[in-house]
Amino acid sequence: MASRDFMHRLPDSHSSLSRPVSLSRRWHIDVPLLVLLLILCGTGLVVLYSASGGEFHHVRRQAIFMGVAFAGMLVAAQIPPDMYRRWSPWLYVIGCCLLVAVLYVGVGAKGAQRWLEIGGFRFQPSEALKLAVPMSVAAFLHKRTLPPSLISIAGALAIAAIPAALIVQQPDLGTSILIAASGVFALYLAGLSWRMIGGALLALLMAAWPIWQWGLRDYQRQRILTLFNPDADRLGAGWNIFQSKAAIGSGGIYGKGYMQGTQSQLDFLPESHTDFIIAVLSEEWGMRGALLLLLLYVLIIARGIYISFMAQDVFGRLLAGSITLTFFVYVFVNIGMVTGLLPVVGVPLPLVSYGGTSVITLMAGFGILMAIGTERRRVSF
Amino acid sequence: MVEDLQLKDRHTEQRLFRHRMLVALAGVVALLSVLVARFYHLQVVNYEDYRTQSDENRIQVRPVPPTRGLIYDRNGTMLADNRPSYTLSLVMERVSDLDASLELIGRLVQLDESDVKKFRDRLERRRPFQPIPLRFRLSEQEIARISVNEFRLPGVSVEAELVRYYPLKKLFAHSVGYVGRINDRELSSFTEEDVRRYRGTQSIGKVGLERSYEDVLLGEVGYENVETNARGRVLRVLERHDPKPGSELTLHLDARLQQVATEALGDNRGAVVALDVKNGGVLAFVSQPSFDPNLFVTGISFKDYRALSDSLDVPLFNRALQGQYPPGSTLKPMMGLGALAAGVIDRETEVKDPGFYRLPNDTRLYRDWKRWGHGEKIDLIQALTESCDVFFYDTAHRWSIDGMHDIATRFGLGARTGIDLPIERPGLFPSRAWKRGARGMPWFPGDSLNAVLGQGFVLATPLQLAVMTATMANRGTHFKPQVVMAIDGVEQPPEVLHHVEASEENWDLIFEGMESVVYHQKGTGKKAGADLDFRVAGKSGTAQVVGIAQGEQYDSEALKERHRDHALFIAFAPVDDPQIAVAVLVENGETGGGVAAPVARELFADWISRPLEETARAHTKTGEEVTSG
Repeated sequence: MASRDFMHRLPDSHSSLSRPVSLSRRWHIDVPLLVLLLILCGTGLVVLYSASGGEFHHVRRQAIFMGVAFAGMLVAAQIPPDMYRRWSPWLYVIGCCLLVAVLYVGVGAKGAQRWLEIGGFRFQPSEALKLAVPMSVAAFLHKRTLPPSLISIAGALAIAAIPAALIVQQPDLGTSILIAASGVFALYLAGLSWRMIGGALLALLMAAWPIWQWGLRDYQRQRILTLFNPDADRLGAGWNIFQSKAAIGSGGIYGKGYMQGTQSQLDFLPESHTDFIIAVLSEEWGMRGALLLLLLYVLIIARGIYISFMAQDVFGRLLAGSITLTFFVYVFVNIGMVTGLLPVVGVPLPLVSYGGTSVITLMAGFGILMAIGTERRRVSF
Repeated sequence: MVEDLQLKDRHTEQRLFRHRMLVALAGVVALLSVLVARFYHLQVVNYEDYRTQSDENRIQVRPVPPTRGLIYDRNGTMLADNRPSYTLSLVMERVSDLDASLELIGRLVQLDESDVKKFRDRLERRRPFQPIPLRFRLSEQEIARISVNEFRLPGVSVEAELVRYYPLKKLFAHSVGYVGRINDRELSSFTEEDVRRYRGTQSIGKVGLERSYEDVLLGEVGYENVETNARGRVLRVLERHDPKPGSELTLHLDARLQQVATEALGDNRGAVVALDVKNGGVLAFVSQPSFDPNLFVTGISFKDYRALSDSLDVPLFNRALQGQYPPGSTLKPMMGLGALAAGVIDRETEVKDPGFYRLPNDTRLYRDWKRWGHGEKIDLIQALTESCDVFFYDTAHRWSIDGMHDIATRFGLGARTGIDLPIERPGLFPSRAWKRGARGMPWFPGDSLNAVLGQGFVLATPLQLAVMTATMANRGTHFKPQVVMAIDGVEQPPEVLHHVEASEENWDLIFEGMESVVYHQKGTGKKAGADLDFRVAGKSGTAQVVGIAQGEQYDSEALKERHRDHALFIAFAPVDDPQIAVAVLVENGETGGGVAAPVARELFADWISRPLEETARAHTKTGEEVTSG
């Protein structure tokens, strides 16, 4: 090791050697992140109780999911980042195989085929890819010189594109785009040149018309049209957005009071306990509540970015950065959709919307973040 | 030096990453600002708009229909009541799949094709978010089945509605009338104010008092703001302005007297009208046959309607109000009085009756009903007693049609009586002007001879004859007949339309003649006073049936029966202080004295012999008791 590296690491390693290792560090727990996640999940349960009309059924199930997810997070935190890096190709290959299986033997509802059922237990392979894709891209780029060469870029893009293409077939455009995005984030953080980024954006812009014309299904086109003219069809496609905007707007600054939201409690707001739950919170707690929730998300993202800054190696940095940015994208897409800024895509609000699978994937991601954040400093003389 | 190179790379890599992350962070901050701005835009800038939108979502203004005013007879017997009835309604805006809903409802409650057809008709002219009734009068079980399946039936509701009920059924169909569902024609004639007043109200008075007092009975609509959920279920009432119930009507009609009159007519077709001599109040108002008005309230079935409208006896026809019959000899007392007052005849006037009368310069014989005549010297009393036609032919010849028309008008003939019932017919008492206008012909002396006997052009409704009789009994005070005695306890004052001027002596003379009709051994109306401990005055009449409407097919027996003369009788009692005046018409009854007079007697027997306190108290009996008793 060169002197510079040594110098750099010395104070850190010195402290860890001289002081007894704290419990949280021994168990690879990032305490600020843990506290923030607990607050967020607790808030989520409180809002969920109101959104389910004051019934415990959903709250109880969600609490159980959260318990399982926290345990999963702690387990994921114990695994050293190196091990994730080595396992990522296998995880990726298995995930893609399952996606192929979904297309042939999957089950589902409402014209989409997204689930695999094994022995009465249902799961969504696309959820696993949400972690496997950024992990694989990060692992792929880890070994290469950065900024990435053209070949590296092509490889990374391929890793992201294959599962995305499979998921589009289900069809699940929202998840597909988000998974592709998580791969692209890793590539971006690795130093993809601005020229390349500019070119890609230009290409996307030029492809917009052909995609609109041939790439989208009718309901998808309808959702985008609704975005620009939500009042055109209030009782049809525009209903959800019309009602959620009325819910949020009528909440005002101070809100109507917990469990007092007329839009949510009287069933005017559709999907109030899943994708549109932020509307319940905004109606009942007002803008104060909505901004506090945003602040909570900002703090979690800030902690994620901090962890990525402190990561030991390329893999850790890219993976932590990608997970954090993707998390933000989830938040933004969901709130943007519910407030009528983005078209309706089925993206839940992380850790607040009801739904077990999403909670478990997200918490596993935070477990990986913790693993990266608490990795023992390598002291190699 | 591979190691060295890698070390340098690592360092640049880290810098590159941090740089990239900071750029991303800027993007994150920018997008977060967009979200914050969006919340601000929705929750602060446009707060009022969205507040209104969400209130409009949940709060609906519903009309609260007033309860319709009740109708009682003079003694407090209920004639028109409101009873709760459960109606299944659909709000189309909330029904997702109409056919599927109808199919499911059909499995839960009994649903005829006609129900569905009528429902679809109603759909054509609904207002937005108006509940459209599908089935009326749900049973308890049906209500239970619907409520259990409520969650599968968005937009479907069971509502309790007060529906008119006539406890005495047939008895007052022709006077009280009935209400029915508001139809297209009525709806299109509504003014904007009517539309407001009838919001939430399904029924409107169609005939009888229900129609003529519609404005009074309806009441004033109320409103309530209700909170509903997305499926239209009402969760709570936020604010309520109570409706003002319709006014209560107390009638002059007497349920027991009405029952007596109905029973006295028996199976005969005909009409009976009894008036309170003192004020023109209508005590009994019968048109036979009658029908059950309850059939019409929520919409009569096609089958029931056909049965009523196709019946030979035309039960829907109000004979007392709209039936115009030649009044025949029942006009004689009035004509006698008119001639006395005009000085055409006096007490001493005597006429020879050989059984016919011949006008000067005319070969035509005007016959008396009695082939060989009534005798050599017939005076007014005897002419009334035996209903001598020749005496009155002679009177008419010496009098003038103008005088006859004048007296008839003062007694209420030839014009609507102005009773508070709708669609009254005016009858006809001819005049020179009328004949010139309507027939384009001058008045012939022979026309006067027909008119004086209530024949030829003369037509009168049973109600008009009753008014004439009451005016007679009153010695000239002609009250407007009135069915309603009080509105919400406020007495409706009697109204005098005319006064007939005649000397007491002349009135006495006519009373004597009419009394003699009932009590003289040759009197034509002896049955009217049989076994009564007070005195009755009356006059019989017979009206020829002119023709039968074409195109109707009768079997020959029925045809023959329906060609018989109509029997008439008018009377009042007691003679010394007249209380009640009655006009009876029995279609195809042939003889007034034989068939119609006993009906009048029954009314007198019930009304006059009733102790005063009984008339006041009695009639706390319920409607059912009256009909069954």
